[in-house]
Amino acid sequence: MTSMAGRANGFVFPEIKRARTRFRNPLMKYQIAIGPECDNCGFCIDLCPYRVYTKGSKRPRVTDGHFCLGPSCEKNSFSCITRCPRSAITVRPNPSFELLGDRRWTADLLASTWHMAETGAIPHTDLNYKTGGSGGGFDKLSFVYPKDDRKNPTEGISTSLELNRTGDGRPRVAIPLPFYLGGMSFGSVSIVSMLSRVRAATALDTFCCTGEGGYPDELKPYDDHVITQVATGLFGVSEETIQRVRIVEFKYAQGAKPGLGGHLLGDKVTPPVARMREAVAGSALFSPFPFHSVYSVEDHKKHVDWIKAVNPKALVSVKVSTPTDVDMVAVGSFFAGAHIIQLDGSYGGTGAAPDIAKKNIAMPIEYAVPKVHRFLSAEGLRNHITIIASGGIRTAYDAAKIIALGADGVCLGTADLVALECIRCHHCESGRGCARGIATTDEELTGLMGLEWGTQRIVNMYLAWRKQLVSILSRLGMRSISELVGRTDVLTHLDYMSEKEVKGELD
Amino acid sequence: MPAKYHIESGPVPGRFQPITRSGVIAWEEGCLRCAKCVKKECVYKVYEKRSLDTSQMLDSLDSACQDCFRCVQNCPGRLINKGMNPAYTAMGNKYWTPDIISNIWFQAETGRIPVSGAGYGGAFSGFGFDSMWTDMSEIVRPTRDGIHGREYINTSVDIGRKIMNLEFDGKGDVSSPVYPLVELPLPVIFDLLPWSPPAQQIRVATLRAAKRLGTMVLIPESQWIPKYEPYLPQTVLYMDRGVRGLQKEVAEAVRFVEIPDGPRALQRQAAFKEKNPSIVVAIRVEMGPKASARVLELTKAGTEVVHLRAGEKGIEKGRDRVFIKDRMKEIHLHLVDSGVRDAVTIIAGGGVAMAEHMAKLIICGADAVTCDIPTLVAMECRICKRCSQGISCPVHLESIDPAWGAARICNLMAGWHNQLLEVLGAMGIREVRRLRGEMGRAMFFEDLEKEFAALGKRG
Repeated sequence: MTSMAGRANGFVFPEIKRARTRFRNPLMKYQIAIGPECDNCGFCIDLCPYRVYTKGSKRPRVTDGHFCLGPSCEKNSFSCITRCPRSAITVRPNPSFELLGDRRWTADLLASTWHMAETGAIPHTDLNYKTGGSGGGFDKLSFVYPKDDRKNPTEGISTSLELNRTGDGRPRVAIPLPFYLGGMSFGSVSIVSMLSRVRAATALDTFCCTGEGGYPDELKPYDDHVITQVATGLFGVSEETIQRVRIVEFKYAQGAKPGLGGHLLGDKVTPPVARMREAVAGSALFSPFPFHSVYSVEDHKKHVDWIKAVNPKALVSVKVSTPTDVDMVAVGSFFAGAHIIQLDGSYGGTGAAPDIAKKNIAMPIEYAVPKVHRFLSAEGLRNHITIIASGGIRTAYDAAKIIALGADGVCLGTADLVALECIRCHHCESGRGCARGIATTDEELTGLMGLEWGTQRIVNMYLAWRKQLVSILSRLGMRSISELVGRTDVLTHLDYMSEKEVKGELD
Repeated sequence: MPAKYHIESGPVPGRFQPITRSGVIAWEEGCLRCAKCVKKECVYKVYEKRSLDTSQMLDSLDSACQDCFRCVQNCPGRLINKGMNPAYTAMGNKYWTPDIISNIWFQAETGRIPVSGAGYGGAFSGFGFDSMWTDMSEIVRPTRDGIHGREYINTSVDIGRKIMNLEFDGKGDVSSPVYPLVELPLPVIFDLLPWSPPAQQIRVATLRAAKRLGTMVLIPESQWIPKYEPYLPQTVLYMDRGVRGLQKEVAEAVRFVEIPDGPRALQRQAAFKEKNPSIVVAIRVEMGPKASARVLELTKAGTEVVHLRAGEKGIEKGRDRVFIKDRMKEIHLHLVDSGVRDAVTIIAGGGVAMAEHMAKLIICGADAVTCDIPTLVAMECRICKRCSQGISCPVHLESIDPAWGAARICNLMAGWHNQLLEVLGAMGIREVRRLRGEMGRAMFFEDLEKEFAALGKRG
């Protein structure tokens, strides 16, 4: 796989190394029980090609039950259920699994993301790793592949993305994968989570944004892969941090709480967080909305010019949410001199936001991207700005679909957290924060996760994503991800077209 | 902060433990008696604080557990599991879902708005109010101040007939009529309940809440009792019998009445105005295909307030039933096209279950909304509707303490008020009156989805 394109500048994709769950028992779709009939003959241990069992003193141990194919395995010649000499093995759905996740991130999506983060491979099980259960948008969109598509070669397909398309003389910055990692501030997540993401971005030769919470010194070795964020609270922003990086991001709004400011609850403002943000420990921090220095597109240009003057080599990204006039916002940003416009849809992640905002305010990203793509194309500007989509991109398939709808690439956050074994209990904001040690600043909870492990999990997941992107492109007969941009003709929406009407193969 | 911009709230515990979505299933058999049991490592200490409520036979474990799954994943014997609670999924119905019920319980108990991390977990879109999104302001149309800004956001509305323009006589004096108005600090009125156990205590609780909130409650005239007398300023008397039965003192003191629509509605309206010109009269109109024409007719005939009603799931009666928000849009636009929208006040209700429904119905053209079932749910109703069959209420709503009930309703309204501010703040609108009919600042599923409907069908 390493021989593929994306090796520009001598870059080689990092290695996949297995990174098992941090917890004793993986969360499994199926429950495997070995009954008292078992005489510990060990037949199942050698029989299972997915190495679900290991040797035990009285009975085989189910160490990797999450690799089990479930009751449907019975039809296979290697089924332990049918071939156990003592018929001691039963496999049935795990009741706890049913409780995991939600409509957007179903239990299957969570478990398949964990699978990719552990192994770097696409799940071999019956987990649906392509779509969730939200009943619309990405979950109803499907690629339509030409028949006999599987003969197309996967070698040499490029997934790289150029971020500076303005031709303004500033550096050209290409990333080997069509995505970078979005802002999650120190404070909203632990320093281990933050560093894991930044180190993974470095290993994948892409970027990771600091979010609005300052630029911890621990990030300095990775400066070339950091995007620093300037948001309305200006927490921890200084000329020095702006000069350190290759990309600076203005956050005007955030999809999960559009029109409202960021909010870090008091409990999470520990002394180190307060120091970084130049604030008082224990008191809640609000980022105001909007930038009170920006009341027009002209003011916005002044903002962009300011960053460009402070750091003459930096690219400027503008992160906005998705109001009805998102196309006007995008064109305004272009004329203000932005290199990248990031459209953040309403269903994306966040540390804390009112439920009413997450569900109702602004439009889902699936609607916003084609609107902006079409408008900028009609204005003749589309080839001079990079459109990055975010806010609800969960999978490689979501990423490919939004690119086909008109984005150049995507920005990710929640998927990284899921790779780190986020379970989406939705309690990131409360008290000591995340019980699983991801979105917390509590010292004890932060200690639940190691840096090497965290980095590897994220790297593994994205290497599995890359395989999927390459597979999609090859099936569509394309040679690079840039060919896919705006190709709505390769998509269909299953609510409006029956499978019989489709001329080709669906996902 | 001036009182009119703020609703006091605080914790008001329920009488019963809420029905939770899931439960902990922990087996004892096979326990290895580890020295360091995973139950002791619980971040939320739910096992240490565990207790049994013997009156309901409910384990505190189930309501305290935050679903982090750490014990499930760390128990060496794999003895701990989580399971769906069938009593939770059985609550309510397809419209009044278990999630909506528990969302109302949370607000009524805490007075806080639901906040959570990790993004939105629900459906892409859905039936009724879930098929629209509200707008926000950004760069090219910025708000002056966000929700935590320096200016107050005004949520008050005037209920009554509005003067379209002032007229003057020959001497230069104003000759336009002056209509009575009722000002509400929150665009919500509590409507008649579709079903409930014997309602006296419930009504007193709702009236008490209305007094604190400055809003009003519809009470059927046939069920009026002297016990409600202290709350006459909070009462919208619903004239479900003729005018004749009305006591004179009540008729003089009440400031707002509502009459059901019918062939004689306009005459009845005139009769009330004659008796007491300072009274505001609303006409209750069922939503349906003919509502649009009827509302225009009433408005032209001088009606002050129209109260439009859909069913408890937001759907109108009869054939070709339309959802309340869609009918509201049609009625509003019909009045706008006829040039009389501002003359009349429109209150609409039916299926308003969450704060977002209030904001969305106003965007579709209502001046204010009515709320019914949520007041019951605030007092722990589970929407089992056994009362409508004459079976006793599992949470004894008929015998609640009105002070407790009022506090729960006020908490819920504090939550709705704050959420309305979130929506207004995001849109850069500082007055709920300006939200009315702002359909250009909303996004509708049927419009946005057009693009997807065409996908794959070209060539």
